[in-house]
Amino acid sequence: MKLFAAAALVALTLAAPARAQDANTLLNASYDVGRELFAAVNVEFAKAWKAKTGKDVTINQSHAGTSKQARAILEGLEADVVTFNQSTDIDLLAKGGAVSKDWQKAFPHNASPFYSLPAFVVRAGNPKNIKNWGDLARDDVKPVFPNPKTSGNARYTYLAAYAWALEEYKGDTAKADAFIKKVLSNVPVFDTGGRASTTTFVERETGDVLITFEAETAAVIKQYGADKFTVVVPPVSLVAEFPVAVVDKFADKHGTKELAKAYLDYLYSPEGQEIIAGFNNRVRDEAVAEKHKAEFPAVRLLTVENVFGGWDKAQAEHFASGAKLDQVFVAK
Amino acid sequence: MEFKRIPPHRTHAQNRVGDKPLTKGLIIGGVVIGTLFILVAPLAIIFIQAFSAGAAVYAQNLKDPATLHAIWLTVLTAIVVVPINIGFGIAAAWAVTRFEFFGKNLLITLIEIPFSVSPIIAGVAYLFVYGAQGLFGPTLEELGIKIMFAVPAIFLASMFVTAPFVARELIPLMQVQGSDDEEAALSLGAPGWRMFLFITLPNVKWALLYGAILCNARVMGEFGAVSVVSGNIRNVTNTLPLHIELLYHDYNAVGAFAAATVLASLAVVTILARAWVERYDEGRAEVKKRMRPGGH
Amino acid sequence: MAGFSLPFRKRRILPGFPLALGVTLVYLGIIVLLPLTALVLKALDIGWDQFLAILTSPRTLSAFRVTFLCALAATCFNAIYGLALAWVLARYEFPGKRVLDALVDVPFALPTAVAGLALAALFAKNGWFGAPLDHLGITVIFTPLGIAAAMAFTSLPFVVRQVQPVLEDIGPEVEEAAFSLGASDFRIFRAVIFPAIFPAFLAGCSLAFSRAIGEFGAIIFIAGNQPNYSEIAALLTFIRLEEYDYPAAAVIATALLLSALLLLTVTNMLQSWHLRYVGRGD
Repeated sequence: MKLFAAAALVALTLAAPARAQDANTLLNASYDVGRELFAAVNVEFAKAWKAKTGKDVTINQSHAGTSKQARAILEGLEADVVTFNQSTDIDLLAKGGAVSKDWQKAFPHNASPFYSLPAFVVRAGNPKNIKNWGDLARDDVKPVFPNPKTSGNARYTYLAAYAWALEEYKGDTAKADAFIKKVLSNVPVFDTGGRASTTTFVERETGDVLITFEAETAAVIKQYGADKFTVVVPPVSLVAEFPVAVVDKFADKHGTKELAKAYLDYLYSPEGQEIIAGFNNRVRDEAVAEKHKAEFPAVRLLTVENVFGGWDKAQAEHFASGAKLDQVFVAK
Repeated sequence: MEFKRIPPHRTHAQNRVGDKPLTKGLIIGGVVIGTLFILVAPLAIIFIQAFSAGAAVYAQNLKDPATLHAIWLTVLTAIVVVPINIGFGIAAAWAVTRFEFFGKNLLITLIEIPFSVSPIIAGVAYLFVYGAQGLFGPTLEELGIKIMFAVPAIFLASMFVTAPFVARELIPLMQVQGSDDEEAALSLGAPGWRMFLFITLPNVKWALLYGAILCNARVMGEFGAVSVVSGNIRNVTNTLPLHIELLYHDYNAVGAFAAATVLASLAVVTILARAWVERYDEGRAEVKKRMRPGGH
Repeated sequence: MAGFSLPFRKRRILPGFPLALGVTLVYLGIIVLLPLTALVLKALDIGWDQFLAILTSPRTLSAFRVTFLCALAATCFNAIYGLALAWVLARYEFPGKRVLDALVDVPFALPTAVAGLALAALFAKNGWFGAPLDHLGITVIFTPLGIAAAMAFTSLPFVVRQVQPVLEDIGPEVEEAAFSLGASDFRIFRAVIFPAIFPAFLAGCSLAFSRAIGEFGAIIFIAGNQPNYSEIAALLTFIRLEEYDYPAAAVIATALLLSALLLLTVTNMLQSWHLRYVGRGD
């Protein structure tokens, strides 16, 4: 019995990597709320790949907050491609040697096939009349968004609120700090990823407003109906890019480089862009974007580069250990 | 974690504390109502929620390939971990109950440790052994051996949390039984392996089964330790408890509850199996009488 | 094998000592000791000042405070309810008793994640318990109350299973004698019964407490993870890992480990006291 078990253990240990290294299997490590999007993309891509090469392909998905994903990959989670929602987490992989240094040049539009922005979901009819970022600091408003430490999605929310405050208070950082502190202290629950926050808001009926990607707000309405929730797109928001990269370290190891590149290219193809737009993401392909124009309200979009001088700077000033977020996070 | 069934069949004298009809009624009533709220409601809501969209949806949720894979991985983990744990439990109990040696009490405490530490600690600790930043991480990477975020890590984490289960059932029993039968067999010239097969094992078979049942339930249900080391890859390293959390966040609460019914049913089977073992196991009553370890 | 002298009792005639001890030590070494050692090494690696700085940071302290206070609340609840349950199971006969006895083991057998999912559904604002409680203005989900509820559920059986056998063993003689002297129910319970079950009761409470400290799966579904309010130490460890803050994760996990070992020692002392108390009369 013991011998048998030991033999089984050895066999499985050897079998596990063997299965993972199959050249027709791809592991896509992705952001938390990309679940439905990539489930749909993978089906269509598999068909297209089969038509083109005659090979069957299996695409496995792992979804979580992107910083968590990046850590797991550096720890040995053998993802072939990453589809994240923030360039800093891919930069981390580049620093760790898993992704090539110039990954942003490997694909068009800074390797970001689509973009979105933080928007609001409120209870049906907007009983608390939440219209703009300033409302999140009201005493009677409980906003719900994930932990900015682990979730790229929440970092956009944090920066968008901060950017709004900088405009509102004419660049007075002390006032902006006080504002963001108030917003964070209003949050009743910090989940680690965007989807957990959505669940908290819709299933557990906690909070007055969920702040998440516009794509996710549309998914909430699709799932639960406009009679339960209303989407509010604030007049000003921040561009959230969704960068992608081949994880060379593991794609080389598995021999999946060609497949990985084809997979990411597919996200840029008209077919791929159509699927992505269907999940309410704003896409780069002009023809597809034009077709879906009516679904996307006009928003004045700020960028991390313009407001914060780029991600590196934003990271250092706001999210690094002991930076602004930490200072307001601990004081509740 | 001793589970005692056999109530002492004693005729209650009329005048014992709490035997007045009113007191008795109040206490029993209070406890039964409390139990309905505390223990029955959680079980009930799982099944009610799982079937809330109808039996067809329930069946469809269970037939989902990712759910089936999670069930398979969970069963596989149990198939690997439980026998190993039985082997370890027998070895540990044999060493501890049949021999005196220096550091024995320390060893017993060591066996107990996984039972009292948070499973999260187990997960984090394995990360510091086999992860990229860990003791052996770099070496393993050079050799191309994958442990973290793969199935082996799930086995290891499960072995950690269940290490004491079989040993804890065997040790008190073997202590009470003593080694007279075994010594007699040896003095009659039986070789060691025969003595083990025909004397030792039959003597402890119920306790062994019992420990294995508990171990199995814990392996299949472990969440904290496994969630740190698994990487949550659908269809690859998702065990059933992790898959439940995943479905719950997939806008699929009904699917999460459907997957949860599998584990809840396992819990019910575990309890029934345990009750059945208790009924047939005389050794248990003996241990109870002699030691009263209570044992957690 | 170094450090272990050979067996020196007359039991020498039994075979298999080297093999059994070898297997035990190797298994424990690889599965338990190695990872725990790696964890402690990692925590000590950062130097004593850093170690203390992480441990005494407001958020860490508050996570430990929340953990211990909620575990204490859960243990108090289980002390009372568990004692009542044990009493009912040990002293009364009634229809459905066997079912009740089996139900006590539900928290052991039910995986913690499933328990967490069920409790979260029960206490949600629209749930069976959550809705009526909401009318009373009590919120359980995402508050420390929810943490205490999850801890209470998973650690319930300990007090019951420790106290039940001792209660079953108490013969009626003393009580009858006391009754004949005209003592009240409560007085006899206080003067005779409770002292007899006290060691077992205390051991059960300490086991329940240490289980509550270590609970994770059931809690994360219901806690809400708010720093300084409803964030438990185990979860903070998890969050620190996800934030790439390995030293902090190692330090908090080590502190949890030490508190678990301390509790284990206390429990073992209580257990042996309880055994002495019961007496091992053959």
